[in-house]
Amino acid sequence: MSDFSSDFWGWFVGIVSIAGILACVWLIMWMSTGKAPGKEKKAETMGHVWDEDLTELNNPLPGWWKNMFYITCAFGLGYLILYPGLGSFAGILGWTSINQLKFEEQEAKEKYGPIYAKYAGQGIEALVSNEEALKIGRRLYLAYCTGCHGSDAGGVTGFPNLRDSDWLYGGGPDQIKASILDGRNGVMPPWEGPLGGEEGVYQVTQYVLGLSQRPGIDEAAAQAGQAKYMTFCAGCHLPTGQGLSALGAPNLTDNIWLYGGHPQQIAESIARGRKGVMPAHKKFLGEDKSHLIAAYIYSLSR
Amino acid sequence: MTDVQSVYYDKVVRQFAIMTVIWAFVGMAAGVLIAAQLAWPVLNFDLPWLTFSRLRPLHTNAVIFAFGGSALFASAYYIVQRTCHVRLFAPGLAAFTFWGWQAIIVAAAITLPLGITTSKEYAELEWPIDIAVAIVWVAFGIVFFGTIMQRRIEHIYVANWFLGSLIIVVAMLHIVNSMALPIMFFGGSWLKSYSLFTGVQDAMVQWWYGHNAVGFFLTAGFLGMMYYFIPKQAGRPIYSYRLSIVHFWALVFTYIWAGPHHLHYTALPDWAQSLGMVFSLLLLAPSWGGMINGIMTLSGAWEKLRTDPVLRFLVVSVSFYGMATFEGPMMSIKTVNSLSHYTDWTIGHVHAGALGWNGLITFGMLYYLIPRLYNRELYSKKLVEFHFWASTIGIVLYIASMWVAGIMQGLMWRAVNEDGTLTYSFVESLQAMYPFYMVRTVGGIIFVLGVITMMYNLYKTIANAKAVEAVIPIPAAAYHGGP
Repeated sequence: MSDFSSDFWGWFVGIVSIAGILACVWLIMWMSTGKAPGKEKKAETMGHVWDEDLTELNNPLPGWWKNMFYITCAFGLGYLILYPGLGSFAGILGWTSINQLKFEEQEAKEKYGPIYAKYAGQGIEALVSNEEALKIGRRLYLAYCTGCHGSDAGGVTGFPNLRDSDWLYGGGPDQIKASILDGRNGVMPPWEGPLGGEEGVYQVTQYVLGLSQRPGIDEAAAQAGQAKYMTFCAGCHLPTGQGLSALGAPNLTDNIWLYGGHPQQIAESIARGRKGVMPAHKKFLGEDKSHLIAAYIYSLSR
Repeated sequence: MTDVQSVYYDKVVRQFAIMTVIWAFVGMAAGVLIAAQLAWPVLNFDLPWLTFSRLRPLHTNAVIFAFGGSALFASAYYIVQRTCHVRLFAPGLAAFTFWGWQAIIVAAAITLPLGITTSKEYAELEWPIDIAVAIVWVAFGIVFFGTIMQRRIEHIYVANWFLGSLIIVVAMLHIVNSMALPIMFFGGSWLKSYSLFTGVQDAMVQWWYGHNAVGFFLTAGFLGMMYYFIPKQAGRPIYSYRLSIVHFWALVFTYIWAGPHHLHYTALPDWAQSLGMVFSLLLLAPSWGGMINGIMTLSGAWEKLRTDPVLRFLVVSVSFYGMATFEGPMMSIKTVNSLSHYTDWTIGHVHAGALGWNGLITFGMLYYLIPRLYNRELYSKKLVEFHFWASTIGIVLYIASMWVAGIMQGLMWRAVNEDGTLTYSFVESLQAMYPFYMVRTVGGIIFVLGVITMMYNLYKTIANAKAVEAVIPIPAAAYHGGP
């Protein structure tokens, strides 16, 4: 058994456990026999006196309490014979928690698998009008996706809103499904160095704010920022600022900001960069469930 | 002037007793605030220092170690002198434990809201404070066992067995679980360390510590309190000496094994989970032994419960102890645990113990102790009566709402639709908790109202009073064989 570095520990655990339970039994029996002080039925005092009036009687152990103790000892010994517990001894039932998990997973697969498989053959476009499929998709969404994207799929800072029509990696059925199955890794590198420090970050920030017609920007700085934008940013976000879904580079002209639209937050995104991770769910949820979640999410933005 | 050796050293007892009252209010008021934060998150005030995550460890540390710890120091120093008929050994060292322990509490109250934490539950304090705790605790042991060695009665009273086990085992648990590597040796902050244990072994050591902090700090230590103050207040002998022998040894032996029940259905190997469960079940009878001895000590004096609210505090605390120690073994059964774990049922269980057992017995202890320490009558019995009912109603509201909330959470989390998906999302289970979180907060407020009443009552009791020097009585039977 790999839990132990040598056979010694298996024996150590087993012997100490059994000896401990037997010692409890012996302790009760010892204190119930004549060897214990004062075996008469009537309670006698022990003859000790502390602090002027603190004394002790020596009533026998209550029978119901003794029996309760014996029963728990017997249960404990029985349990340790049936189940793993005594060091390396696996227990005569051969039960392990990993096998129980595998068994329950298998059971669930057989019971529920066909329900999901039924929809796997149908296209997402078709499922959008299938109420039953959307209900299942929604339930799956609530169990697996709300932690980041919220119960209403509205998203929070750093986690995209799934209800609007703005998509980082494309909002078509297949693109949504690919995002769920394989995950996405969004990388915005830090630009403070290449942009020549705070001044450059400020200029590009002002230019980017102008892309979505933000009022009250520093025009002079924005103008200086334009050249830097074309050199460093346009490769991914395009010269127009409309972004490139193949790279997950966001559209900068629509006033939707994954990491916040406050000038300070935008400057932070430019200076320090951002890393966005959507984990892959293929292994965890499988194709069929992901298919239904994709249908639900696709239905939200329509 | 009397010879100093002929009187008890009670100054340190008075100091610890008064701080017990103050920390009761601080710790429990913090509990009310964080309970309210769960119902009304706006009470986090968007300040990092006041968020639930930082105040929750402040609350638990304040109640367990500041309130409970001060109560244990006060009663241990009082009891060990009275039952050994001798002045406290090394009074200077005892005074050091008082100032040291209070300084540790203040350090905790500063560092935890700042977010300085090891993130180990009930062991959140960082390594410099941990070292201070170890030093003060060893000093406590020297004072306590030094006094025992000088005793003038041959037989060691049962309360001292429990208090002694508290000191020895908590030292062992604290030192082993707190072993950590400060990152300052690698150029980092001197306020951060990493545990010496890793992965599931770290989890196991943590809950070996965590469960026995309950077992020895909050159970064995307070049983020591129970074994002195109940027979004293009731004026009756302890029910059964041999029951105390069986339940003491069985309790201290089996408790040490029970930690793994905090890690059911985790990466902890199956054999360790099974052993944790079996020994938790075995713990039922030894725990109840203390309850039987406490309650049956009243046989022949039951009518005193009607007239003596202080005795009622002590005896009802033992009833809550019995309830919580029945509930605990039940919750350690893996099948039950799969429902109860991670729910508010656990919180309710803990508070049946903390408010019902530790809280009530400490209040009873204070009402017994403080008038005697200042040679005054208690200012108002009526207010004690009010405190008793406020506590009881507060506890009932607290634990009943958490039972319902916890079982509801457990059932909601495991409910599945016919397509195998979860019936309720996590947020829905959270929404369902809302009314119960409000009831819990109300229960906590009522409980704290009782504490405020006690503060007032005890303040009036000792206002303008002079501390008295209690003369050590001659033991009933002199001890000739000792050192």
